[in-house]
Amino acid sequence: MKFINEYRDAELGKKLIERISQRSTRPARLMEFCGGHTVSIAKHGLRQLLPPTITMLSGPVCPVCVTASADLDKAIALAKLPGVIITTFGDMIKVPASYSSLQQVKAEGGDVRIVYSTLDALKIAQANASKSVVFIGVGFETTAPTVAASVLQAEQQRIDNYHVLSLHKICPPVVKALLDSGEVKLDGIVCPGHVSAIIGSHPYEFIPCDYGIACVVSGFEPLDILQCVDMLVTQIESGAPKVEIAYRRGVKPEGNKIALELMDKVFEVCDGNWRGIGVVLGSGLRLRKKYRRYDAEHAFEIHPGEPIEPKGCICGAILRAVKTPLECKLFRKVCKPENPIGPCMVSSEGSCAAYYQYGEGYGR
Amino acid sequence: MCLAIPAKVKSIEGFEAEVEVGGVSRKASIMLTPEAKVGDYVLLHTGYAINVIDEEEAQETLKIFQKIAEAEDRDSFN
Repeated sequence: MKFINEYRDAELGKKLIERISQRSTRPARLMEFCGGHTVSIAKHGLRQLLPPTITMLSGPVCPVCVTASADLDKAIALAKLPGVIITTFGDMIKVPASYSSLQQVKAEGGDVRIVYSTLDALKIAQANASKSVVFIGVGFETTAPTVAASVLQAEQQRIDNYHVLSLHKICPPVVKALLDSGEVKLDGIVCPGHVSAIIGSHPYEFIPCDYGIACVVSGFEPLDILQCVDMLVTQIESGAPKVEIAYRRGVKPEGNKIALELMDKVFEVCDGNWRGIGVVLGSGLRLRKKYRRYDAEHAFEIHPGEPIEPKGCICGAILRAVKTPLECKLFRKVCKPENPIGPCMVSSEGSCAAYYQYGEGYGR
Repeated sequence: MCLAIPAKVKSIEGFEAEVEVGGVSRKASIMLTPEAKVGDYVLLHTGYAINVIDEEEAQETLKIFQKIAEAEDRDSFN
């Protein structure tokens, strides 16, 4: 397929790896912040192919994995309300919350529907005028503009029974929180590809400026990631960290201005609750007062109960790159894709799921 | 979650486009990319085009890979 196959050429990949191996002399600890990168790195065995000077770490990469139990409990409480249809992306449905999961509520008779797009959720709302439709809004800046667009469409088309439970988060503040925690020493960051398609590369400028860490925005195919690593190595070897874009076919430095405008029109920044990290100031998105009638938290009265984290699950430490799935007592013994204990195993982009599926080489 | 795939724009009506991915046609919204034209490739994420792919940059990236490959071949020869 165009714009995909050309970036999977194995021969070119070998050359890039040779180049990286020759040029990388200093230890380079690189972290990716995007589940798509986690999966691609694992799937193509890039950890094993890169020289031993380079350590690839996975950060809080996946919006599903970082959704706090307390927030998912709200979605479940909404799903139990009579007359409510929950619409959600597929990867949320099996994530265990404190007492239940959306899948379990569905099995117990709740109306929970997997949708590919908010466009589908809007159609469900139009087709079920006597019910309330709630879209569970999970995702970073790649997804938030699409949810903003859906709220504006609901306004234009008078779809008054459409609501959004915004569990959206934004990336730069959590990167800062992680770097400030001092838990992980990094030399470079593989910046998210599609988040950056929306926000551009300027929001990462604080990373080289304040922390001296190299930043390169990467695409998702194996050659893209290798090119990104090559550019990070160049920066690290020369001691000159900055922000660069490797994924130039998909990302402009200024991002997508229209998407940013729509996002800003509908959402405002609030504090975000990140599983395994806690509350990160200014890292969440909620609907602005003007669009409050579409906000599920205001439209319905819910009592989610006290949040509980699963015993023995170390997803939090994994999300902060302090531990790897190998160090989890539950990994593979109890926690498997068919019986996930924590979100990192459920999500298709979670670190635990990636390691389970693609095996060795993780965590070096 | 941030998965977006390249899709070719086949037709546009208002903010609704018909796009093609691997030979399969589907509807997409171009509310976030109103500048998209028929024939463009866009990044498709949950039913919305989030960016228009820059084909020139795509070619430039492939040229960079080629140059790296040639340089590595030369170095291993010497």
